[in-house]
Amino acid sequence: MPWRVEPRGVSLAAALVAAVLVALNLGALGAVLWRAEGGGGWHAADWAALRFTLMQAVLSALASVALAVPVARALARRRFTGRRVLIVLMGAPFILPVLVAVAGMLAVFGRNGLLNEGLAALGLPRLGIYGLQGVVLAHVFLNLPLAVRLLLQGWARIPAEHQRLAAALGFGARARWRHIEAPMLAQVVPGALAVVFLICLTSFAVALTLGGGPAATTLELAIWQAFRFDFDLGRAALLAAAQATLGLAALLVLAFVTRIEVAQTGLDRVAPPPAGGLARGFDALAILGAAVFLLVPLGMVLARGLPHLAGLPVPVWLAAGRSVLVATLSVVLLAAMAAALTLAALRHRWPEALGMAALTASPLVIGTGLFVLVNPWVAPVHLALPITALVNAAMALPFALRALIPAARRAEADYARLSASLGLSAWAHGRLVLWPRLRRPAGLALGLGAALSMGDLGVIVFFAQTGAETLPMQMHALMGAFRSDDAAGAAVLLMALALGAFVGLERLIGGRDAET
Amino acid sequence: MRTLTFAAAFAGAFALAASAQSPQLRVLTYDSFVSDWGPGPAVEAAFEAECGCDLVFETAGDGAALLARLLLEGGRSEADVVLGLDTSLTYAATATGLFAPHGRAPELALPVVWDDPLFLPYDWGWFAFVHDTTRLPEPPRSFEELIASDLSVVIQDPRSSTPGLGLLMWVRAAYGERAGEIWRGLAPRILTVTPGWSEAYGLFLEGEADMVLSYTTSPAYHLIAEGDATKAAAEFTEGHYLQVEVAGILAASDQPALAARFMDFMLSADFQSVIPTTNWMYPAVTLDGGLPEGFETLIQPATSLLLPPDQAAALRDVALAEWRDALAR
Repeated sequence: MPWRVEPRGVSLAAALVAAVLVALNLGALGAVLWRAEGGGGWHAADWAALRFTLMQAVLSALASVALAVPVARALARRRFTGRRVLIVLMGAPFILPVLVAVAGMLAVFGRNGLLNEGLAALGLPRLGIYGLQGVVLAHVFLNLPLAVRLLLQGWARIPAEHQRLAAALGFGARARWRHIEAPMLAQVVPGALAVVFLICLTSFAVALTLGGGPAATTLELAIWQAFRFDFDLGRAALLAAAQATLGLAALLVLAFVTRIEVAQTGLDRVAPPPAGGLARGFDALAILGAAVFLLVPLGMVLARGLPHLAGLPVPVWLAAGRSVLVATLSVVLLAAMAAALTLAALRHRWPEALGMAALTASPLVIGTGLFVLVNPWVAPVHLALPITALVNAAMALPFALRALIPAARRAEADYARLSASLGLSAWAHGRLVLWPRLRRPAGLALGLGAALSMGDLGVIVFFAQTGAETLPMQMHALMGAFRSDDAAGAAVLLMALALGAFVGLERLIGGRDAET
Repeated sequence: MRTLTFAAAFAGAFALAASAQSPQLRVLTYDSFVSDWGPGPAVEAAFEAECGCDLVFETAGDGAALLARLLLEGGRSEADVVLGLDTSLTYAATATGLFAPHGRAPELALPVVWDDPLFLPYDWGWFAFVHDTTRLPEPPRSFEELIASDLSVVIQDPRSSTPGLGLLMWVRAAYGERAGEIWRGLAPRILTVTPGWSEAYGLFLEGEADMVLSYTTSPAYHLIAEGDATKAAAEFTEGHYLQVEVAGILAASDQPALAARFMDFMLSADFQSVIPTTNWMYPAVTLDGGLPEGFETLIQPATSLLLPPDQAAALRDVALAEWRDALAR
């Protein structure tokens, strides 16, 4: 609903960010293709990889979001002591480095994990985690927190007046679902599905390790093979293009099914108390179940590593410092990029799709492509930390936009005409109307960006030289040097830093009430 | 514009730090070599003390990643020496034409004859399945006994890991045309396949599997560094496949004399004596003081298997297809 022209600065900044993103994605792929000398070719095994990739990503997305609906609803309408802490902690698996998360999963669901020990004690047969079920379980563990957060935001955007009206009209659970919750979910669920699908699309270490063997070969692993085993860059580029096509297809479906939000103005008043009785029990069950599923593996990681935390060798602490530096730089970049695209998204639809597209690219291809692009100009090792920060910011951008754009559009749709009629300047409108409605999602977005950057073990491995190791790299090095105790300690440090950065930024930017 | 400013500031700071010292020898190697717990720090200190130069390590994942990096850079690599390729990769590395002859005939202590004109070994080891003797007192003594058992093993993916590829070659070298049949037999015993060595070894240490593909020297770490004598490697009657890790000089190096000096240093006692307790492999030359205490407890396979580089390269795709077909069922 354009009520005044877009400021020139916004258009310019958005165009710049768009250029950077296109360069990162297409440029990297193009660079790989440019270095390819012939080669290419689609193998029979690649169809199997394509099928498996698609199947695990679809199942993981469906399971994560389906389970997130009751959890988010329960968390949205119940108030209890420790609720905020619980919400923060339940977000942890998403920001954990994959390796740490898998270790936590196996401590619970593995062959000697808590679950199987319990089953064995009861005289029941042990359950095997390795296979498609393990891949989906791990992906749900990693992505349920994100899905819950995204849905929680949907619930938070239901104006309290609707709830009061529903209560006044004596709506039952079914009527409330039909008139209030279902329409909201129809707007939020497709986006959440798409995000989780896209994250799982490029999974490879989790899929292979828990998938139990080469039947669990994903496209990302096939790309890895093309690079490292066959050194066939043409084939790597072809597979990467196939992977990106799957992602873009998912985004197209998303654009097709997403409904335009109808203006629902509220006055930010207090919501009525939720239903008791059976609904209360159901909500308690959902919260308890999610908490156990998400927190017990984290507790196992903590218990395993805490005793070794204080004794961590000096290089690990130095690496932690470097990780904090990379994360800081990454958050600054993310804030600039997200701000430009969010403001542009008030008038256009393209920023959303562009931001999401960053998830469809293969991390391996981005790393290799940037290496090829940078190599003729400057020795890549000199750019390790800034490039890592930039790529981390681009990778976190889709989540940031998912949180920011709907909230911004909503605020604009609800209040822009009011601001215009009051003759507010663009600055005053931004400060008084937009910012109070955007600071919570902004806190979430930047907190997420910091945490993801802290745990990332992506492009930096292409650029590193001695003395530039980040904490995830040092953790990997410890594992590679048999030092599993120190690695467990480093995992706890990483978890603490990621969670600390997340909570700190969310509070700092989102304000004291930030919780969703 | 903020992006560019930041990137430029960082690049400037790094470039300044790098140009302050010279001459510089750049060694491209895998990351566990240079980690603070690998041979890197001791090697760097010892070489810098004698060469009056600055030794800089660049890293790239593992051996296969090193080769991919070289191919990606073409002739433009800043590196002078590549350290960390192994015998499964030397054929492809030779074919790149990027390496210069080392021109040396050192006296080596390998179980095989070494006459490669481009690459010199710096350490070696036998692949083996490692187990915990308290959980598995009677380990299988061959692939066939492993197939007949009800044990679970973790292996690495040959597409992303050098030990994983080593196992493919091991089965091929031991069983030739029967390799496919052996893999079909092993399939039910394989709990899972990990992308790299550390994930597999981690799963084993956490008790997920009975055995893990590693090296005969792995138990030495637990014994020497942790005082834990419960880990052992199972000796297989078919023999054990060798991994020989090598280094070579890049023909495009702008420090050829320094690079040649590094190759000599690599086979000297200062470098070699660090290897057993940091890389946990056997040194490539006989050490005056012998091997560290604890190494005498390790198994000494009677038969060493190693396919010639050209044969290994020719068999790679066939062996991978056999492995994949058997395990993807």
